[in-house]
Amino acid sequence: MRAALDASLTEAARKDNSICVVVGDVSPIALNMFTKEFPEKFINVGVAEANMVGLAAGLALTGKKPFLFTIATFMTMRCYEQIRDDVCFQNLNIKIIGGGGGFIYPTLGATHHALEDYAIMRVLPNMTVVSPADPFETKKAILALAAHPGPAYVRLGRNGDSSIYGEESTLGNYAFQIGKSVLMRDGNDLVIFGTGSILRNVVAAADELLKKGIHAKIINMHTIKPIDVGAIVGAAKIGRIITVEEHQVIGGIGSAVAEVLADRKLMVSFVRMGVPDTFLHEYGKREHLLSVAGLGIADIVKTAEHICAES
Amino acid sequence: MLIPNEVRGKIIDMAVRSGTAHIAPAFSVLEIVYTLYIKILKVRPHDPQWEDRDRFILSKAHGCLVQYVMLSELGFFPKEELDHYAQPGSRLGGHATLGVPGVEASTGSLGHGLAIAQGIAYAAKYYDKKNFKTYAVLSDGECEEGSTWEAAMGASSFKLDNLVAIVDYNHVQSCGPVLEVLSSFEPFADKWRAFGWSVKEVDGHSVEALETAIKKAPFEAEKPSIIIAHTVKGKGVSFMEQVPIWHYRVTNPEETAQAYKELGIEPLS
Repeated sequence: MRAALDASLTEAARKDNSICVVVGDVSPIALNMFTKEFPEKFINVGVAEANMVGLAAGLALTGKKPFLFTIATFMTMRCYEQIRDDVCFQNLNIKIIGGGGGFIYPTLGATHHALEDYAIMRVLPNMTVVSPADPFETKKAILALAAHPGPAYVRLGRNGDSSIYGEESTLGNYAFQIGKSVLMRDGNDLVIFGTGSILRNVVAAADELLKKGIHAKIINMHTIKPIDVGAIVGAAKIGRIITVEEHQVIGGIGSAVAEVLADRKLMVSFVRMGVPDTFLHEYGKREHLLSVAGLGIADIVKTAEHICAES
Repeated sequence: MLIPNEVRGKIIDMAVRSGTAHIAPAFSVLEIVYTLYIKILKVRPHDPQWEDRDRFILSKAHGCLVQYVMLSELGFFPKEELDHYAQPGSRLGGHATLGVPGVEASTGSLGHGLAIAQGIAYAAKYYDKKNFKTYAVLSDGECEEGSTWEAAMGASSFKLDNLVAIVDYNHVQSCGPVLEVLSSFEPFADKWRAFGWSVKEVDGHSVEALETAIKKAPFEAEKPSIIIAHTVKGKGVSFMEQVPIWHYRVTNPEETAQAYKELGIEPLS
């Protein structure tokens, strides 16, 4: 998804010369296209996330549109107060991009697992939170956010260049709208809300479920805040909802969906799938960590079968 | 134009009316902010967004009472607004925020302002090619925050010689003398030099000394400048000077009367 970020930032900067990039010890090579074309618009403050955000706030106060980028854990947590006070409280036009969300760095230990970002970003007033599912959605999201006048956080996931909607599919041709979820697959037995790279596991699980005669509707909640309330209310009619996120089970889209259901007194069978309030002390490939966390394809299949059986 | 002790008198008045205030912190930073507004800053009170204006960020945000008095004195907003400080419906609160004419950033949590000032200076120097200067006023306690030093290292690395910081070095923080809290705070000036800044030290209560020093900035080409202004917390009122309890405290009627007497001005309320 980093290549998509690079391409979309470059495209946006060609049309808007107030766009600049601020990074914390990220190599210019990571955003090769952008730094080749706009070297003076690339500012590296070193390993100093608080300074990334503070400096960006100063830039924004002069009318620039900074895009910040570093690893999601450090981007959101090291400088959380700066994001809250300098960006959100002042409501400045700053976009905060967290790379390597979830278990993208599966051999580096829990300090590099970004599993809290949805929760801590969405609780901030004025913040928009987006978690694109694939490089194509990343590009659309960045371009849409470049036109959005306010704070936003974007979590990037897996690198790779295939479309989650399938290469031949026209489903991927949708027009990205902040706050509008995307129907990935229709179905009547249950609804699975997912966000980000984990949707690949959700799609694979849905294929398995189909073989067992279970038709799962998959909805891509690329925008975590503002959450697509209409999609949740619609899903409640089916009566069985699972949320899946590469994030702690507390505070992310699971909680966001639960809030909507509870506010509207919508009683459904409901399961939040996410990391079960724990740190992972595990190393290996990302799929292995996802399995350990209960987010593997088999786990999603089992949960869906169970929710259909019991209700 | 008010003289500094009249500004002190107005600050006490605002504190008493609202029942809340950082009086002593405002008294130590008073001549610094006064000098900036009266002698230094190129600003247009009736055009607060004038694009060539000098920028001033009060990172020592709890000293904002003096900023409010100076802004209203210059005509950024009506003086009557001062009487509603920290009361329902007022836009003037315990820490200055965007939206108050003349205020360049919302501050309040220590350690944020220098980084923001650095960003403004960066845009001016490298993007907009503007000649205005950006000033940031810090407290000594705030220089215990790591984020202050991140900004310091960034500012000199980016050669921001259009950036001027001033530290209100009153040697007393909220719970006691700075050196009793952190003995390694000194040598303070050396730390700034080590971080690539050009340093001057002055008497922080002399408008003349402050003006002379500030006007020499940038002290060295390609380096940001810092003035370490030695001040007295609670300056001007004997029972407040250097007494930690006055960090956040309002005067009672007797203390108020005594304060006005020492400042040599008529009571305001």
